[in-house]
Amino acid sequence: MAIFLTKDSKVIVQGMTGAEGMKHTRRMLAAGTDVVGGVNPRKAGTRVDIDGRTVPVFGSVREAMDATGADVSVLFVPPPHAKAAVTEAADAGIPLAVVITEGIPVHDTVAFQAYARARATRIIGPNCPGLISPGQSNAGIIPADITKPGRIGLVSKSGTLTYQLMYELRDLGFSTCVGIGGDPVIGTTHIDALTAFEADPDTDLIVMIGEIGGEAEERAADFIRAHVTKPVVGYVAGFTAPEGRTMGHAGAIVSGSSGTAAAKKAALEAAGVRVGATPTETARLVLALLAEPSGNPA
Amino acid sequence: MRERAMDLYEHQARELLDHGGVLVPRAEVVDSPEAARAAAERLGGRVVIKAQVKTGGRGKAGGVKRAEDPAAAELTARRILGMDIKGHTVHRVMVAEPVEVERELYLGFTLDRAAGRFLAIASAEGGMEIEEVAAHRPEAVARIAIDPAEGVTGAKAAEIAAAGHLPPETAGTIRRLWTVLTTHDALLVEVNPLVVTRDGAIVALDGKVTLDDNARFRQPSWDGSADRTEARADDRDRTRESLEARAAAAGLGYVKLDGQVGVIGNGAGLVMSTLDVVAGCGARPADFLDIGGGASARVMADGLSLVLDDPDVRSVLVNVFGGITACDAVADGIVRALDTVTLTKPLVVRLDGNNAARGRAILGQLAHPLVHQADTMDGAAARAAELAA
Repeated sequence: MAIFLTKDSKVIVQGMTGAEGMKHTRRMLAAGTDVVGGVNPRKAGTRVDIDGRTVPVFGSVREAMDATGADVSVLFVPPPHAKAAVTEAADAGIPLAVVITEGIPVHDTVAFQAYARARATRIIGPNCPGLISPGQSNAGIIPADITKPGRIGLVSKSGTLTYQLMYELRDLGFSTCVGIGGDPVIGTTHIDALTAFEADPDTDLIVMIGEIGGEAEERAADFIRAHVTKPVVGYVAGFTAPEGRTMGHAGAIVSGSSGTAAAKKAALEAAGVRVGATPTETARLVLALLAEPSGNPA
Repeated sequence: MRERAMDLYEHQARELLDHGGVLVPRAEVVDSPEAARAAAERLGGRVVIKAQVKTGGRGKAGGVKRAEDPAAAELTARRILGMDIKGHTVHRVMVAEPVEVERELYLGFTLDRAAGRFLAIASAEGGMEIEEVAAHRPEAVARIAIDPAEGVTGAKAAEIAAAGHLPPETAGTIRRLWTVLTTHDALLVEVNPLVVTRDGAIVALDGKVTLDDNARFRQPSWDGSADRTEARADDRDRTRESLEARAAAAGLGYVKLDGQVGVIGNGAGLVMSTLDVVAGCGARPADFLDIGGGASARVMADGLSLVLDDPDVRSVLVNVFGGITACDAVADGIVRALDTVTLTKPLVVRLDGNNAARGRAILGQLAHPLVHQADTMDGAAARAAELAA
């Protein structure tokens, strides 16, 4: 199966006609994603030819959904217009909106998350690489060719660490890899992804990547203890980050003792999660777990 | 990527509150004892001298003192200027008129990351010990979620005041603080203490504001403010600030650290992870440098010359997992950087992912005696740590 995104997903791209949108629409098509349209009110009715495929451009998300049956939107809309674009997608009732845009003001994110939640639109991101169900569909900017279909689920705050772990475990393959984004306020959380992986019959083991800042990993640890029966392997980045400095991601900032990598690692381990010290060691823990009889239902 | 949250100095926060209609004491900011004396004269003689540093605990550190007359103000300012408070040197003081305090309260708006909403935090027990009150008697500190679609209405302000056991007269101030938060794209607005004066006025005696740098595009008034007001700094600070300023100008996400291994990578998570792996090898990272997604050869060249200019750096580790970033572009950037910068320190490069083979071939062809390639992230970190020892 896979979570959130399958071979049947019909994807539209808000901001497709921009430079980033075009580049990644091409990559998504190459990965097998069923991209059924783009959205740009100023170019409604036109078509874009990408590597031999013709993708129609619609004036609104609603029009695109009506015409194509789209159920996923990937947004490459610049920060000043992101709030309006997500609001439009939620108004149209799209089930899943993947917000790749980096640098959206927090007040806008707070507003559109609440708006989308009230309209049952799931948001992934913002400031995220999106998600990929290898061999089925790719919604976002995750490179599709570093791994293959398999039975590991991966959820991560960091884009490049997602790629790194996908690569380390490329021979095993993945059901779905979800990059939930590094911003302080995000839609889909570690817990949402853990819930979906726990319920997914095609996922045997879950890899969870966190980083300093906030307390999302601690909450996820509590959730794992109470609700997750599948083995979970964790990794947390930022042990050497100095207090009070922002390390790239807006969320990755440590204040006082809360949000430290050490506190997150301890919370995860207390919940029975095996936590690697480096990405490579994390991959080794996965291999070791799958070699155990109890860790491999197949 | 720049830093995403900008803490303001107290005097800058005071200005925003003042413009937002919140009552604040009359005050001036000065950078010399003589100017403190003149300010005290203008403010009526008796004043409070407050160190302007971006850290808490100023009062306990002796950075906030009363002065009975202008001569005492000069003396006190002389003592506080130059003081070190938790690693922050005091370059300016605020000279403020004293306020006759009847009660000290606490009021703030902050982001609740988990809920994805802003929260009002209110307590009838404001003042220096609020952190302890919050830790030991959480019931004394009310936390009320704000619906982003509604904001803080009159009814909501009354609810916040009641929940925090604040006098009902604070409701107007609560609404004005919310307006300050939203109009300035602040992540935090905190007033501690919010005081009730002997004559019943509600005054923000001290304020803290953190702005969201992502909103810079619609807050043009921020340019030229904030950190540039910190005119003087010691040599170590100056090196750090000049490297960080260069990085910001080049659009690089850079943080200067105090170790010897220069670290460059793509993506905040991978770079943070690289720092950890370097530390795990017994060395200390000299910086965090994220060339970002889709980095070009030029960005790589800028990043490398920046890290090589840091006098603390003894070896450099480039750790790239090519996603959107192409490894051959990274390798081209290294080659380009070496056209203009003479490499005097060893450089360890690990390339994987998109176009990795082409990137490795470019570096192989370069055949520079100080450029080493490694196959894995852990191996590269170990090598760079060894070369920095």
